[in-house]
Amino acid sequence: MNILIALFSTVGALAILFASIGILRMPDFYLRLSVTVKAATLGVGLLLVSAAILFPDVSVTTKAIAIAFFLILTAPVAAHMIGRTAYHTGIPTWKGTVIDELKKNQPTPPPVADVTPLSALKRKPIKKPSDEGS
Amino acid sequence: MTLDAYLDYVIFPILTISIILVFIRLFKGPEVADRVIALDLIITIGIGLITTYSIRSEQAVLLDVAMILALIAFLGTIAFAFYLDKNKQP
Repeated sequence: MNILIALFSTVGALAILFASIGILRMPDFYLRLSVTVKAATLGVGLLLVSAAILFPDVSVTTKAIAIAFFLILTAPVAAHMIGRTAYHTGIPTWKGTVIDELKKNQPTPPPVADVTPLSALKRKPIKKPSDEGS
Repeated sequence: MTLDAYLDYVIFPILTISIILVFIRLFKGPEVADRVIALDLIITIGIGLITTYSIRSEQAVLLDVAMILALIAFLGTIAFAFYLDKNKQP
């Protein structure tokens, strides 16, 4: 039992540590936001699981599950709202950002590459008159 | 090594170091939104600290505080987002 609690709390604390390192080292607001929500929620959820294991009581287990459920429910909503606000306020994205779907007047995306192989492009196929009927 | 000593010497220092790292971002964040999410993360780690302390001292009552703190963190982030959105430059 103690080993299980130690395991869960260690993994949870390490997830929280990685989240804080990520919020310190990421180059962009949006990357920081994505780090904050997922890893920290996972870490706190694992700590709550270890608390639910320790107390052999239904009320405590229910309480821990309620806290974890509430965190999982509310963290993406808050992250979505603050991210939308940040985009509309004009916080710049990182220079390595590939896609920005909210940008106005963006050029049309390049057409999907056709799947014909390179050898077929170099030499045009010879049309046979017998093929047109099919 | 007992569980209490393990919590004292491993889990609490890890959580404390992570709060310090987030506090650096709260101190030097270039925008307001960075500070908002740093504050949100600090409160989330605070929930984890309270949970760990409740394991350490075997007081299940402390989980109520964690629940209220989760509520307040959500409300704070939503309020910050709302007022920043209202205050934006056209």
